[in-house]
Amino acid sequence: MSEFFDMGGFARFVWPAYGVASMVLGALAWRAIARAKRTKTELAALRAELGKEDDA
Amino acid sequence: MASILHRFANPARFMRLSAILLPWAVGITLLTLVAGIYLALFASPADYQQGETVRIMYVHVPAAWMALFVYGVMAAASAVGLIWRHPLADMAARVASPIGAGFTFVALVTGSLWGQPMWGTWWVWDARLTSVLILFFLYLGHMALADAFDDATKGARAAAILALVGVINLPIIHFSVDWWNTLHQPASVVRGGGPSIAAEMMWPLMTMALAFKTYFVTVLLLGMRAEVTAAKLRALRRTQVAAATTVAAV
Amino acid sequence: MSAIFSLIRRDLALAWRRASEIVAVLIFFVLAIVLFPLGVGPDLAVLSRIAAGTIWVAALLAAMLSLDRLFLPDHDDGSLDLLMASPLSLEAIVLAKCCAHWLVTGLPLIVCAPVLAILMNLPWEGFATLVLAMALGTPTLSLVGAIGAALTVGVRRGGTLVPLLVLPLVIPVLIFGVGAVDGAVAGASVSGQLMILAAALLVALVLAPFAAAAGLRLAAE
Repeated sequence: MSEFFDMGGFARFVWPAYGVASMVLGALAWRAIARAKRTKTELAALRAELGKEDDA
Repeated sequence: MASILHRFANPARFMRLSAILLPWAVGITLLTLVAGIYLALFASPADYQQGETVRIMYVHVPAAWMALFVYGVMAAASAVGLIWRHPLADMAARVASPIGAGFTFVALVTGSLWGQPMWGTWWVWDARLTSVLILFFLYLGHMALADAFDDATKGARAAAILALVGVINLPIIHFSVDWWNTLHQPASVVRGGGPSIAAEMMWPLMTMALAFKTYFVTVLLLGMRAEVTAAKLRALRRTQVAAATTVAAV
Repeated sequence: MSAIFSLIRRDLALAWRRASEIVAVLIFFVLAIVLFPLGVGPDLAVLSRIAAGTIWVAALLAAMLSLDRLFLPDHDDGSLDLLMASPLSLEAIVLAKCCAHWLVTGLPLIVCAPVLAILMNLPWEGFATLVLAMALGTPTLSLVGAIGAALTVGVRRGGTLVPLLVLPLVIPVLIFGVGAVDGAVAGASVSGQLMILAAALLVALVLAPFAAAAGLRLAAE
């Protein structure tokens, strides 16, 4: 197992490579999901607000 | 062609379609990613020459491919947006840009990490890395230009023109960097392309490439959904302001 | 055709009135070169090795500085709108302005270059090629730069964005411009590099006006 993590002595290159890739791709995905959620709630809130104004 | 585009120009239809597609896209992305990483890290042999560092290639090469691919998608979307004034196309180009920049960044960093054990330096000005670096700046410029405008539509349009200029320029840049590289090739062989790709490497490589592509589609769809909703928000806010001012006037 | 010439004359007259701006760009060019020996050391062998590259890079940066004045003054005082209303096509207007811009910034750079080549100890064999390559390359810089300037003309602080947009696009000019000079110094044939520079100029002449015009129309909306 530790042999696997050692990556033949190249651990300090291989793991950061996969780490950076995961972080960047993860961050991009997170950003997209967060933005989609945020705009959705904002739109619903605005619609509710306008709906209330019409009633008033 | 225009009629096909017309059918998909409706944002509401896009939201409906993407809502159906998205779970599938996410599923396939996760599947291919897991398969790709499994193949890359576990089920493939170390390279005869490079040892375990070859595993970095399974991230670096697909990332570089995606960097180029996304720029192509961005340019195509820009062209559609400019020629047919297709609002979704503008959004697609805008959303694609940071994703492409991300892939480019990953390609650069993993390329550097791959290069150090192979060539002994953290950076080498070989043809591919240099081209990817220039591509990175093209992405950054595109993002900066789109953001510089107060009006989002104008920003998308300006960025679209830039993307088209960039895509025409890309082969020229690549050609000149290739030529420049052969000119300055030192006597020792620092072949930037790296060793030829053996058959066992194809599986992890292609799986990761597929995983990255489906990832791109997924994040693109998500981003476009956010953009459509944001556009609706802006429009709604505008009518809200208009209604408020007319009430005040009365 | 005469309308284009009168537009060029107009731009030249305007530039003459603001001559200090042009001189400032030229001084930047010289200053940038002067910084290299100060930074790298006065070893003439080292300087001659990097002469072609540094002169070209400095020329690129100086060109970026000068692009501000291409469309911004006319945009700010409304003359751009007037020009766009004229029967002259916007692409022709862009070409005319690029021509005037090159006469006022590119040409002085070319004239200055041999002096700077002496400062950087460029071998004699490279001088003629340097002038020729810059004659072919600097118009391309003006043309591609016009695209960047046009796209950012309506943007606040757009001038800081222009180098980021334009420099990646003109890297081929840099590579082949330096390649030509270095090739001449090495005694090799440089017709290939010069042909490529000429081809790049032709492509820019044909395509850049359309992209720049599209940018200007966008700003005018």
